[in-house]
Amino acid sequence: MTPSYDSVMLELKNLDKNFGSVHAVKNITFEVKKGEVLGFLGPNGAGKTTTMRIITCFIPASSGTVKVSGIDTRQNDLEVRKRIGYLPENNPLYLDMLVDEYLKFVGEIRGLSGGGLRNRIDEMFQVCGLAKMAKRQIGKLSKGYKQRVGLAQAMLHNPDLLILDEPMSGLDPNQIIEIRELIKSMGREKTVIYCSHILSEVAATCNRILIINEGSIVASGTPDELTANASASSGYVLKVKGSKAAVEPKLSAIPGVTAVTVNESGEWLEAIITSGKEDVGEKIYKCVSENGWSLAELRRHSASLEDVFTQLTRG
Amino acid sequence: MRNIAALFKKEFKAYFLSPIAYIFITVYLIITTFLFFQGFFIINQADMRGYFDLLPWVFLIFAPAITMRSWAEEKKVKTLELLLTWPVSDVEVVLGKFLATFSLLAIVVVLSISIPVTIAIIGHPDMGQIVGQYLGALLMGAAYLAIGLWVSSMTENQIVAFILGAVATFVLFIISTSFVTMMLPPWLAGFLTYAGLGSHFESISRGVIDSRDIVYYLSVIGFFLFLNVCSLGSRKWE
Repeated sequence: MTPSYDSVMLELKNLDKNFGSVHAVKNITFEVKKGEVLGFLGPNGAGKTTTMRIITCFIPASSGTVKVSGIDTRQNDLEVRKRIGYLPENNPLYLDMLVDEYLKFVGEIRGLSGGGLRNRIDEMFQVCGLAKMAKRQIGKLSKGYKQRVGLAQAMLHNPDLLILDEPMSGLDPNQIIEIRELIKSMGREKTVIYCSHILSEVAATCNRILIINEGSIVASGTPDELTANASASSGYVLKVKGSKAAVEPKLSAIPGVTAVTVNESGEWLEAIITSGKEDVGEKIYKCVSENGWSLAELRRHSASLEDVFTQLTRG
Repeated sequence: MRNIAALFKKEFKAYFLSPIAYIFITVYLIITTFLFFQGFFIINQADMRGYFDLLPWVFLIFAPAITMRSWAEEKKVKTLELLLTWPVSDVEVVLGKFLATFSLLAIVVVLSISIPVTIAIIGHPDMGQIVGQYLGALLMGAAYLAIGLWVSSMTENQIVAFILGAVATFVLFIISTSFVTMMLPPWLAGFLTYAGLGSHFESISRGVIDSRDIVYYLSVIGFFLFLNVCSLGSRKWE
């Protein structure tokens, strides 16, 4: 299937990156369409930042291609850079500049000037809540305001593709909600790639999630799809009184149960029962009552995005 | 061109946003004026030869002091990653930075104009000679700055950039002095005399501007700026 370039904003094909003997990114292929907010998840050192650096033309790939609006980064990197807004990890800023001076400089580098530039800066002040800080030195701002300056820098030229690496760090809950709304509204017309470790954030903001581990994509889908797949192997947590030797084999014998782990905590036993797609709740209860065990707790353990993440990225 | 101008403006302003430029200008003027007038009345000649003989040594400290933060700071604070993903080429970034450092040096050098004015009041100096000397000093200073910038691009530590910058210019300066060349075989001595920064300044400090010296300084500037572009590009190497 050949993608049509009016809808595909970013296309990565067989992207590979080696740093000497370290294989940082292994054969990554994915597409991001216009109007999509893509969450890019992965543990530290998974290759997220390296991938972002390749897309933003900071470093080239060892092999494979990256196309932004159909333009190959290797053939015309200046054109690609013009279309991208980038907030790097840790939000680097020129600390001795004033906020408005910095945005003016970024605008000039981006080819804006005069009234057009002034309007964009005013808009960014409004959108990011920076108007009061215009004449402050960036280095003297709080972390939250610095983060807003970084975001303003990335969105100043109204880019087609916005790449945000940990954009929420240092923001308080109210600001997080504001910025999340901002990212969502950007995502309606533009394309946003959102790298993060904060899973709840990604689940709340993105319409699609990619999980990367050790340089390869290990999962991809909407937040719901990912948790649904993972709950295929979810189950129940049971807390009963009894002897481990008696309880464990009986639970294992229940049809549909795939694994049982029993831990002793004081006089109670805590059993984690894993099953397939079938709901075994009723059978577990019957088993408990038939044996006359005292029951303290029986609850369904459903997979969260955290579980999906740990499952896919550990070991 | 517009990108270079934007970068230049930002870099040049940065010197004046912090106390760096002011401290720099004051200290430079006090030291050079003091050192010059100390010998001026003893020699009792209405020219600036003594002043320009000082400059290669003074620049040894002052040029790396200007350039030390240029790249080291960007690398340390990681703004380099942002800068190099904006739609500018590596060459433009290098030129913007170089022009900003050069402008600061030029301002400082030109501010020493009080010296020729003083000399003109108390004697009859050859003004043509003094203009030539100033031009030569700027050329030599620019070469020092190009070396300092290149050194700064290889470290993220400003102090390291300063010391290595001073050492690099010092070595390039002394290799052509007779103190070094007299111990070497003639073919090597001849080469070093041409390659070193020092020999080309001797005639300039007398006020004689030779096109060979101009070509030499311009090549040194070009060569080290080229190395600077390469060292920025090294992030792209495997």
